Amino acid sequence: MLDSNAVNSAISQSYKHGFVTAIPSDTIPTGLDEGVIRLISAKKREPEFMLAWRLAAYRHWQGMTEPRWSSVRYPTIDYQNISYYSSPLTNNPDSIDLKDVDPKLLATYEKLGIPLSERLSLAGVAVDAVFDSVSVATTHKKKLAKLGIVFCSMSEAVREHSALVQRFLGSVVPPGDNFFAALNASVFSDGSFCYIPPGVRCPMELSTYFRINAAGTGQFERTLIIADKNSYVSYLEGCTAPQRDRHQLHAAVVELIAMEGAEIKYSTVQNWYPGDAEGNGGIYNFVTKRGECRGDRSRISWTQVETGSAITWKYPSVILRGEGSVGRFHSVALTNNHQQADTGTKMIHIGHNTRSTILSKGISAGFGHNAYRGLVKVLAGAQGARNHSQCDSLLLGNTCSAHTYPYIEVKNKTSKVEHEATTSRISEEQLFYCQQRGLSREQAVSLIVNGFCQEVLRELPMEFSVEARKLLEVNLEGSVG
Amino acid sequence: MNILEIQNLQVSVMNKPILRGLDLRLGEGEIHAIMGPNGSGKSTLANILVGRGDYQITAGTIRYQGEDLIVRSPEERAMAGVFLAFQNPVEIPGVSNARLLKEAFNAHRRYGHLPEMDAMTFRTHLQERAKHLGLSDDWLLRPINVGFSGGEKKRNELLQMLVLEPNLAILDEIDSGLDIDALTDVANGINALRNNLRSMLLITHYPRLLEQVHPDKVHVLIGGRIVMTGGMDLAGRLEEQGYGWLSEVAA
Ligand SMILES: Nc1ncnc2c1ncn2[C@@H]1O[C@H](COP(=O)(O)OP(=O)(O)O)[C@@H](O)[C@H]1O
Ligand SMILES: [Mg+2]
Repeated sequence: MLDSNAVNSAISQSYKHGFVTAIPSDTIPTGLDEGVIRLISAKKREPEFMLAWRLAAYRHWQGMTEPRWSSVRYPTIDYQNISYYSSPLTNNPDSIDLKDVDPKLLATYEKLGIPLSERLSLAGVAVDAVFDSVSVATTHKKKLAKLGIVFCSMSEAVREHSALVQRFLGSVVPPGDNFFAALNASVFSDGSFCYIPPGVRCPMELSTYFRINAAGTGQFERTLIIADKNSYVSYLEGCTAPQRDRHQLHAAVVELIAMEGAEIKYSTVQNWYPGDAEGNGGIYNFVTKRGECRGDRSRISWTQVETGSAITWKYPSVILRGEGSVGRFHSVALTNNHQQADTGTKMIHIGHNTRSTILSKGISAGFGHNAYRGLVKVLAGAQGARNHSQCDSLLLGNTCSAHTYPYIEVKNKTSKVEHEATTSRISEEQLFYCQQRGLSREQAVSLIVNGFCQEVLRELPMEFSVEARKLLEVNLEGSVG
Repeated sequence: MNILEIQNLQVSVMNKPILRGLDLRLGEGEIHAIMGPNGSGKSTLANILVGRGDYQITAGTIRYQGEDLIVRSPEERAMAGVFLAFQNPVEIPGVSNARLLKEAFNAHRRYGHLPEMDAMTFRTHLQERAKHLGLSDDWLLRPINVGFSGGEKKRNELLQMLVLEPNLAILDEIDSGLDIDALTDVANGINALRNNLRSMLLITHYPRLLEQVHPDKVHVLIGGRIVMTGGMDLAGRLEEQGYGWLSEVAA
């Protein structure tokens, strides 16, 4: 057993992305009413349909109450004490051209290790970067446009591709879906939009980096990805935030739509500021992510590595509507110090012969609280549906906790649903064994944790899996005595 | 020169004295066997040498290569060339043999101010040694000790020794639970590493292994003390007569 005193006394997680960038920004006063929504819409020069959509969502939200069913605990959020729009002032606010962007902002992305310009091309990644509320750069646009691929900020999509937006926005996560989704629909600031035309295999990873910079702001980005018939796209999402002693709310919505024979891979490496060792500050990450396998034989997979945030509360889900469609969920969630995570997935089997796999790896250290919550639902019409779920928890020390809440609802007798769960603890014997071979205790923990997560990390594109391993290491620093 | 010098070592576990004034000198290039009944403190000695916690050293000194060993952390001792083949190696799910060995090997290299070995070269290095012990490449990818039989665990310990090439190897009952063929593999592994600088302590109950390895000395540990030291003839006598005749010496 690990000596819990040694574990506790040594916990000192350092967050490497906690810098603040001093950039003049256009931040609107705190508070939320219809006026604020009109202001956001006007600042973004949105067409009429968008404003109407937002206002309808807002009226819906006003009648809703904040959900309390999760296992996470946090003080009441004052929604009137948040600023709903913050934009870094650029020389030309309409432009997303790199040379018009404040060099300090670009320097910020450099610090984050985001290869925004040339390094990007080399890496073969197209990046959209969202800084506070506004999307600041979308690279590789031209190359993608040649293939008919649209990859731009949500704001631009609303203006330039309004037919696509009108057709698909809210079709997977309706504006009134849940409290946070409704709030997002009312005030969403920016995010990424992506459309892959029929038969096109997107030749590079598409990627968005989210960064919350301004204090006292919330971030409400909205991402919409549509893979048309027989197309393919792999999409990566990364996020960081400065170190602040107040909690900040992040309530994003991601919608994925896969048409017949299409495949979407969505990977997240989430490293929002987790708060300090005493649990002060940190991001509340309350996110709604859902994909729909709308066409036959379509596939959607979610892969997530959640190392940051004070609280993570999200369930990337797949609606398996198309016949023979496949949904996959691979997750690593790490909680250290006072972090809390309540995460998992929902697999909703509607079509015949739909298949889903769930692989969840939870790691708790310090006073971390980690819960897997998952729903596998097989509707009456889902002949021959299959699900396999595996949920493993790894504990470091004696003050953290792990819980598994699997919900299974099966309405079709020809379906087959399997669930397995394990809980293990890193033992003193294991650490000593590694030390005797020359590893420090920290290297030993990192080796064992990496081994525990490798099936999930393998799912990530190469560069991201390297980054994810590093993050796990950094976030476990000092978790053993 | 002596690689290891232990003087008057006294060790307790939860205030119960286990080692009660142990003296031992091991020269460079020498192999010594330590024999003794169950519970006499053999594994305690091995664990103390590699810096395992849970033990209190109440008196005595341990010098390794002329320097105080007690003050060093377990991983420093490992990197300085002290290796223990555990009596009961622990399972580590999810971590392959190859992965641990690569990390460990490169930790040793860094400690010796040598450049890390690249993945390809290391693989060859590893495969050569695995072959020596009759272990397949698949073996290298299996998680450490998970589902291994007793004998497989012992071979795995020996593989690690062959890869890390320690200066002082302590093998705690490496021969327990091995059939004759496996025993010969283990003996070959030990002999392959033998040279005039490398030293070993073989903790064992049986002369079978010793007959193939020919230790320089055989010590008998009873009641936390070395009560007799001799050669191979002593090992043979212990097998025939047990430890009873020594209890007077031990008292
Ligand atoms: N960690 C421990 N906790 C309690 N007692 C121990 C521990 N390690 C060893 N002992 C005790 O010390 C004595 C010597 O054990 P050990 O060194 O394992 O003997 P050997 O290896 O010679 O069989 C035994 O009585 C054993 O019960
Ligand atoms: Mg023993």
